[in-house]
Amino acid sequence: MSITYLEAIREAQARALADDPRVFIYGQDVGAFGGAFKATKGLAQQFPGRVLDSPISEDAMAGLAIGAALEGMRPILEMQFADFSTIAFNQIVNQAATMFWRTNVSCPLTVRLPCGGTMGSGPFHSQMLETIYSHYPGLVVLTPATVEDAYSMLLEAVAIDDPVIFCEHKLLYYHLKADALPTEALPANKARIARAGRDLTLVTYSAMVHESLAAADELRGEGWEVEVVDLRAVKPLDTDTVMASVARTGRLLCVGEAFPWGGVTAEVVSRVVCEGFDLLDAPPRRLNAKDTPIPYHPNLWSAHRPTARTIAMAARKVLQS
Amino acid sequence: MVQSAVEPSISAAAGAECEFYLKAFRFMLLSRVLDEKFASLYRAGKIMGGVFLGRGQEALSVSIGVHLRPGDIFAPLIRDLAGRLAFNEPILDAARTYFGSALGPMRGRDGNVHRGRPQSGLLAMISHLGAMISVVNGGLFARRLRGVKGTVGVASCGEGATSTGSFHEALNQAAVEKLPLVMVVANNQFAYSTPTQRQFACNSLLDRAAGYGVAGYEVDGTDLEACLRVVGQAVAKARADQGPQLVLARLLRLCGHGEHDDAHYIGAELKASDLGQDCLKLAEKFVLQQGWVDAAQLEQWRAEAVQQVEAAVVTAQREPGPDPFSANYWSALSSQYLVEGGATER
Repeated sequence: MSITYLEAIREAQARALADDPRVFIYGQDVGAFGGAFKATKGLAQQFPGRVLDSPISEDAMAGLAIGAALEGMRPILEMQFADFSTIAFNQIVNQAATMFWRTNVSCPLTVRLPCGGTMGSGPFHSQMLETIYSHYPGLVVLTPATVEDAYSMLLEAVAIDDPVIFCEHKLLYYHLKADALPTEALPANKARIARAGRDLTLVTYSAMVHESLAAADELRGEGWEVEVVDLRAVKPLDTDTVMASVARTGRLLCVGEAFPWGGVTAEVVSRVVCEGFDLLDAPPRRLNAKDTPIPYHPNLWSAHRPTARTIAMAARKVLQS
Repeated sequence: MVQSAVEPSISAAAGAECEFYLKAFRFMLLSRVLDEKFASLYRAGKIMGGVFLGRGQEALSVSIGVHLRPGDIFAPLIRDLAGRLAFNEPILDAARTYFGSALGPMRGRDGNVHRGRPQSGLLAMISHLGAMISVVNGGLFARRLRGVKGTVGVASCGEGATSTGSFHEALNQAAVEKLPLVMVVANNQFAYSTPTQRQFACNSLLDRAAGYGVAGYEVDGTDLEACLRVVGQAVAKARADQGPQLVLARLLRLCGHGEHDDAHYIGAELKASDLGQDCLKLAEKFVLQQGWVDAAQLEQWRAEAVQQVEAAVVTAQREPGPDPFSANYWSALSSQYLVEGGATER
């Protein structure tokens, strides 16, 4: 058996719907059509009345999910592209994220964001928004990089009593495969050592885990052993695992696909410098996408985001300083 | 789909209708007394933030509250004190929230008009206009999924909020889903200081309803009897599963946006027009004319309202505020294992 990242997301939703009558899925084209990426294929037929098409109204979609969550339901909201969730930004960050703190009533809502670039998708269908949502207290932001995590973390997201932003990477949908779905998993607040190494800690998440692992392979040929930490969740950030790794290697590179201003990579570097300056043998670095909207042409797009090659280049600078 | 209200008027009916009117009237009165107390405390520097009054909108607002039942949903706006009280919001909730009492429903975390008890169907508003409507839709949607019938949800907004995308998205959503939503729009002529001609260019805001396939009704917001009848009709139709309804009330806000605002921009001519009439005074006149109560009874009701309000304010004022050194206040998540810093193992 072989299962893709996208199939894992669909299987997790099917299981959530089967296990819990409070779960329903709401979003554009998620019903009979099965979703723009087919993440809900067959679910409307399998669970009649619980997988529903919404109007093109991200704000109202999120508001509806919040209202349903307050009534004790467990809505899964599919934003067709992460980019479109900016229309629902107010509902997510002002309404859902503040709900528990203000009212002591939890708001268990999962917002699925198909994130990240694919070739030719351009500026409005390629963005990474984990940084934006992580800024807000009251939200949990998950960034699964593997088929196993896509499955187990989505199930965990539905079970969490707070609003969860589930950043699933579109580039991984069809290309990433696993032999089977996991039967047990790390909780979402734990990072994972994706590859052990002694010379450099490379902290990353989502699709960049795979670019980073490829960079680590390349660097092994040059004699370097790079440790790759997959954050899995960027909010909460498992600083303990990062610090323990930096304590072993003495060097840090943090890689993310989001825009470079601020963000997850800046947060990781800041925490390590502030809390573990003495652990560092060299200045840490961070590598992000370029500070422009995401380009259309493949030549531009593939150079806009970090790749194994540019990650390896950045890593060499840390290793050699 | 604009429909005219054809129910019999209360003045022509006996008994139960009279009782109902007087019940609504007493909540209006209580609301006015409480609002005046808050305004006075604000001017005395005893309340932080702002105070926002429902003055001039009580007839419309109370009509929502008295027509709702336990189990219904109400998303009030800043001028809906009368409707809140009629929907069983304790006076203490209002007082505690204004004073930031740790014992209030918001425990000092949110203030003044942003209070609610979502578990009781009274949603805690956010300041972003139009944002509460789809949340009401969500509650109604959840009930449909669970097979619960016969409950309705009311969302309240001013004419200014009808310019927002949220309003349009949510009204369309309610219509598409055929949800039992009653949208009550108070056209109080000013959104903060912006007059209606700078807010919308259609002839009537009822076009907003027709444009989405929603039933629409217009009502004189200064007339309690008309408000009770029209809002009641809309709520009844929604409860009978006839889809979303929109009630548009014409009135004038008889105060500033908040107590910090002297409302100098409201012209004398408008104030002197029919729109500028005080719905509470009109209702008082009406009940006296009908002979339902006499002046002494009215005075007694007012005295009782003052007594209730004073008791709640004194109680809330004496209560402790939140303790910033308590760790309880510094977690925005209910899932403790996902809280950074003081995170505990699952």
